[in-house]
Amino acid sequence: MRGLKRLSLSVAAAACAAMLAPAAFAQSGDKPEAKAPAHEISTVDIPVPPLPHIDWSFSGPFGTYDRASAQRGFLIYQQVCSNCHSMDQLYYRNLEGIGLSEDQIKAIAASVQVPGGVNDQGQPIERPGKPSDHFKAPFPNEQAARAANGGALPPDQSVLELAREGGADYLYAILTGYADPPPGVKLMSGMNYNTYFPGHQIAMPQPLQEGSVQYTDGVKPTLDQEAKDVVTFLTWAANPEMEERKQTGVRVILFLIFLTGVTYAVKRRVWSDLH
Amino acid sequence: MVGLHKSEFKNPVINWIDTRMPVFTMMQKEYGSFPTPRNFNYFWNFGALAMVNLVLMIATGVFLAMNYAPNSMLAFDSVERIMRDVNWGWLIRYAHMNGASMFFIVVYVHLFRGLYYGSYKAPRELLWMLGVVILLLMMATAFMGYVLPWGQMSYWGATVITNLFSAIPLVGKSIVTWLWGGFAVDNPTLNRFFSLHYLLPFVIVGVVFLHVVALHITGSNNPLGIEVKTPQDTIPFHPYYTIKDSVGICVFFIVLAALVFFAPNFFASPDNYIQANPLQTPAEIVPEWYFLPFYAILRSVPNKLGGVMMMFGSIAVLFVLPWLDTSPVRSARFRPIYRQLFWLLVISVFALGAVGAHRPQGIWVVIGRLATLYYFLHFLVILPVLGKLERPLPLPESISRPVLGGGKMPGGATAKPMEKA
Amino acid sequence: MADTAAHSPHPGAGHGPGDGATKRDFLKMVAGAGALVGAGAIAWPLIDSMNPSQDVLALSSVEVNLAPIPEGSGITVLWQGKPIFVRHRTAAEIKAAEDVKLGDLIEPQSDADRVKAGHAQWIVLIGICTHLGCIPLGNKPTDPRGEWGGWFCPCHGSQYDTSGRVRHGPAPLNLYLPPYAFENDTKIKIG
Repeated sequence: MRGLKRLSLSVAAAACAAMLAPAAFAQSGDKPEAKAPAHEISTVDIPVPPLPHIDWSFSGPFGTYDRASAQRGFLIYQQVCSNCHSMDQLYYRNLEGIGLSEDQIKAIAASVQVPGGVNDQGQPIERPGKPSDHFKAPFPNEQAARAANGGALPPDQSVLELAREGGADYLYAILTGYADPPPGVKLMSGMNYNTYFPGHQIAMPQPLQEGSVQYTDGVKPTLDQEAKDVVTFLTWAANPEMEERKQTGVRVILFLIFLTGVTYAVKRRVWSDLH
Repeated sequence: MVGLHKSEFKNPVINWIDTRMPVFTMMQKEYGSFPTPRNFNYFWNFGALAMVNLVLMIATGVFLAMNYAPNSMLAFDSVERIMRDVNWGWLIRYAHMNGASMFFIVVYVHLFRGLYYGSYKAPRELLWMLGVVILLLMMATAFMGYVLPWGQMSYWGATVITNLFSAIPLVGKSIVTWLWGGFAVDNPTLNRFFSLHYLLPFVIVGVVFLHVVALHITGSNNPLGIEVKTPQDTIPFHPYYTIKDSVGICVFFIVLAALVFFAPNFFASPDNYIQANPLQTPAEIVPEWYFLPFYAILRSVPNKLGGVMMMFGSIAVLFVLPWLDTSPVRSARFRPIYRQLFWLLVISVFALGAVGAHRPQGIWVVIGRLATLYYFLHFLVILPVLGKLERPLPLPESISRPVLGGGKMPGGATAKPMEKA
Repeated sequence: MADTAAHSPHPGAGHGPGDGATKRDFLKMVAGAGALVGAGAIAWPLIDSMNPSQDVLALSSVEVNLAPIPEGSGITVLWQGKPIFVRHRTAAEIKAAEDVKLGDLIEPQSDADRVKAGHAQWIVLIGICTHLGCIPLGNKPTDPRGEWGGWFCPCHGSQYDTSGRVRHGPAPLNLYLPPYAFENDTKIKIG
């Protein structure tokens, strides 16, 4: 409940402010119990700070995707993310949505080998990808994905932005939230410390560093820039309809406001002979 | 009553049909000239809004079903395909999704309007009870609809809610297995939920029809809660309330459009964008917002069977409400104490909603229990007793008098008399 | 929403003549028109959702290897859910198709217009009878091919010649040609 959780808090506060206000805090970050640092600290007890709020190109009712940023984000997806994460819901043809040309898309699709049915002897064959093919997954199945990632399953990234509380801000926070664990914290083997991850122990090692990719458009690949670019790409991937949706929405609402005004005027006139 | 109807319609085609099957006369009588109290406020829009909303849900639902695949292997992907590949699929699905929330908002306002103005009292008891039946059907439909995208919340919501029935002594386990069609929520469950989710809205249409039939026998209640006495008290439904409802419908669509186009996932749980995984329960299972108060009641009782009974009981009390409220006065306007207790009930329901959204820990448990207690106290104890103790304010003489300015002007002097009615 | 009081015999709905009435009528017309536009705007996405979706439209083109098709025989491949006939015509069949007088045809069209220049031995057709959508027989040499040696529709007896042109009703039109191109001498790409 993305918006609703915030709303329910304010409603609850309005309903019985005095009772609920302190409780709301208890909920959003389980009470950090001050334990002596000499003991081992469980990462579960470390509070998660509020997410940073980024001013995204796609924020707001008129927001659109920054095409250049989304394309750089796709580059990061290709070179970094796609080594572990699938993107099952997307087709290569969808890349038109971030401004790639048909020829670029054909070339990108052709660079992977996909199952091509069977040959005349009934043996499965592979062929170069086409724009109408789904994004190729890095692993054939869940078991293979887990085996290659120390037992953890890298989630599919198609709708990741929608599938996490906080959406784009959360993804950005995770990508930039890697840090050394605070003193006294012992991580489980294979785990990494992340400031914003619930429980702070994340199986994914820090995926992006400064200079992880080479941009072709002269933009400096700082960690902040890379994170913003890839999150723009992931947000587009989860909400490819967003620009059309918002543009339609503006028109629909303007029309409805006009219609409401006219209808209300008619109502006034119809009722005027009663008063 | 065998025999042709004597139709008054001039148009020969309409007249021909109407003579043989007087649907036009009926529409004219029930929605044209139907005498309606002249003093409705905008809260009386919400019945019409619910009707529009029901039509919208059925229309979008029928088209979604053309692309949805009710199979546990395909369901999640088919919803994503609707969002990405079907022409306007994102619009239809977001309208259906947010339409469900709007439906509950509209119906809850409709319900609380009935509570405030005493619309459930004699002779409208049956009308009210049919309304509660509609609410129950809506809940069943919404619950099963939420399972269809086969996300994590779909799956675990289905698991938790169907498991409620396991609280029934002796046969509970068998009933749950029967509901599932297996030993866990799985493909057979999804199949049958889809079938029922498609069926129930049409049952709702049927009960809505009965609801309207009952309404048109008793006539509408009104903000004063007093009966219609003279023709001056009423105005024909058309054009006065058709146009007034139209204003409400426009505003309704603005709110719906704002959600659909600019915050389509406002009410949605992120976990439902993760495909169902029978091996992993999400960290927090929260039902859709419209079930939160009931969920809170369920969890406020530390006993499994007791919680389930209290939850169903919270709706069951609505069925018998017409006999629990002993006050002869309908409208809360003239019931100073009831009016305040009504708002206390509203607050306790909102509090229950907030409780339902949070883990049952600490202060939330206390609030949940207090609010649950008040909810039942309100209906089972306060309303029966209050009707005997409360001194209502003096009721106005008739509907037309206060409307025309608190009785200062002689009734009917300024308004044209409504001949029919 | 759009209520016009056209049939309302009810006197309470009536109103006296005058400026107010005309202004009200104008407002009513605007509101009624707006409601119609709104209803249309709601209906259109629902109707359009039944048109082919993006994944259907994007369905890949099909490449066909012609080398294994012996002369006088044909194969059927699936393209966009439709059967495509690819037939390797014999010299006699080509000649039969070319020699027809256009005036004798139900839908006159020369054979040259129905094959790719320089590849007259290959005829590529959408294998759906233009009558009511059955799939004609005749691709296999053992199939009945009708009087003109092309295809024979078992549903209602339509007959097509070796160029896929209708020669005997009830079908009104020649078999349609799919968009295709020769990638090389033994490979075509349909779509």
